[in-house]
Amino acid sequence: MSEKTYKPGNYPDLPPPPGTVGVYGWIRQNLFSSISNSLLTIISVVLLYYLIDGIIGWFFLDAVFDADSKIACRKIDDGACWAVITRRVGQFVYGFYPEAERWRIDITFLTMFIAFAPLLYPDIPKRKWLLYFSVFYPFFAFVLIMGGYFGLQKIEYSLFGGFMLTVILGVCGIVCSLPLGILLALGRQSNLTVVRTLSVCFIEFMRGVPLITLLFVASSMLNYFLPPGTNFSILVRVIIMFTFFSAAYIAEVIRGGIQAIPKGQYEAADALGMNYWQKTRFITLPQALKISIPGIVNTFIGLYKDTTLVVVIGLLDPLGIGRAALADTKWNGLSTETYLFVALFFFVSCFAMSRYSLWLENKLNTDKK
Amino acid sequence: MVVNKNKSSKPVIEIKEMHKWFGNFHVLKNISLGVNQGERIVICGPSGSGKSTLIRCINRLEVHQQGDIIVNNVELTGDLKNLEAIRSDVGMVFQSFNLFPHLTVLENCTLAPIWVKKLPKKEAEELAMELLTRVKIPEQALKYPGQLSGGQQQRVAIARSLCMQPKIMLFDEPTSALDPEMIKEVLDTMIELAETGMTMLVVTHEMGFAKKVADSVIFMDEGEIIEQNDPKNFFNNPKNDRTKLFLSQILNH
Repeated sequence: MSEKTYKPGNYPDLPPPPGTVGVYGWIRQNLFSSISNSLLTIISVVLLYYLIDGIIGWFFLDAVFDADSKIACRKIDDGACWAVITRRVGQFVYGFYPEAERWRIDITFLTMFIAFAPLLYPDIPKRKWLLYFSVFYPFFAFVLIMGGYFGLQKIEYSLFGGFMLTVILGVCGIVCSLPLGILLALGRQSNLTVVRTLSVCFIEFMRGVPLITLLFVASSMLNYFLPPGTNFSILVRVIIMFTFFSAAYIAEVIRGGIQAIPKGQYEAADALGMNYWQKTRFITLPQALKISIPGIVNTFIGLYKDTTLVVVIGLLDPLGIGRAALADTKWNGLSTETYLFVALFFFVSCFAMSRYSLWLENKLNTDKK
Repeated sequence: MVVNKNKSSKPVIEIKEMHKWFGNFHVLKNISLGVNQGERIVICGPSGSGKSTLIRCINRLEVHQQGDIIVNNVELTGDLKNLEAIRSDVGMVFQSFNLFPHLTVLENCTLAPIWVKKLPKKEAEELAMELLTRVKIPEQALKYPGQLSGGQQQRVAIARSLCMQPKIMLFDEPTSALDPEMIKEVLDTMIELAETGMTMLVVTHEMGFAKKVADSVIFMDEGEIIEQNDPKNFFNNPKNDRTKLFLSQILNH
């Protein structure tokens, strides 16, 4: 091949060689770059075909969506028997919350998205007004769920259960543990010995104890430690324990973020005359939290899934409801369907958190050209 | 050479018999130095000679253990009120720029004026744009520091310090982290600043800059001020042997 010649400084930008870019280039480089790679690609496609074929058959094509019992299911088709879910979906979602009052949960759940929108998406229009609602929301949700005010029927917490319980525990734990975790991380880095020692003790104790132990403490012993006369409901006590537990982890994640900030940042802030709180608010935390996003969300996802542990102290989370369903002689033996359904719920929630964190990381990345 | 018409005999920095240790290591030994208002001083010396530590003592990024430092008639002590007053009067530019990467150029410039000097946001932004224009990068105001070249970042850092309307500017090797082609744009900015009559202490190896703008050049070695003289005499007939050796090493290559 003959190279064309150009005068120095006049070499034009040429397109890349054919077959190295675009869809075709990607396929060639990633799937068929060598004989063994091509072979692997073909085997994988064949395996995937059989796997997906089987999965779709069991899940949808051969599945039964409504029947009176497992035996009735099996008479219709041999795929999944989703009737165990569809017949009990109310319990899975609301626990034993009275049926006539379930609209209150629906409203609380839907308005939760409005309350979170301005916190999660800083560019949302009318953010300032929505933030007022976010501040007001916890009281609104409390009154609506618990009742007892404004003529709403009071509902006992022992009737709570299902996904509703998971969301209450998870959201309260997440919302409370982030600020507490930030304070602990700052406390651990503090120059004041008392503050630092207390933070270290709290963090090390909470991290060093299994969550189940803390839940047992919450259910049986916490009232001994509280001032006499106070009597929190078991739900509040469990939320406190979840908050403390994950705050300790979050504190350590954020401490990592704080330590990753170059010393020069503090020197520049010092040289501009900023005091400790100004430095913390404008320089340390924005950068440390940005670095810590993956770790923080990791902790949140862990906390959210750990809410299923409340089943050991007798609260009916989705797994508890599932076990109750399986104990019913009509549905005996349908554990695959039941646990898959619960797993799907958790996966959807956790995947959403994970995607949000990726989006946020990308948005806060200020190095892109 | 930039003629200094602003020089007065009013001292703004007085350092008297100051000593500093890092642990057991005696970094600054018996430093005495007076800087008058409008004076431009260049400090040079081999690495590890304590020149950066010296100017970092002036806004108390480093704490001295013995002797006095008086800035703007305020003595530097552990008192936080004094410290914040001095720091908002003394600007500093670092070798590694130290811009805040999560804030835009404009926000970098307005953060301290708004929160430390309690300037209204609009005023702070006008001032910042004026100073960004002076360092010739007003069009970058809404970008993030990571999107700028090193020379541009350092000019933003200079503008950020100037936004606090300081009386004294400290420069800690401002061009050492820059590519050769970017050094000039930063030095030009500093020369323009010198022309406005700013009191400047500059740690640098740019001897051309020293010859052009300095009223006085200081040579430091092993924590001591070895020699201080006006640039003409400093470069043409240095008195001390160590100064001669240093100058021969940095000028002949």
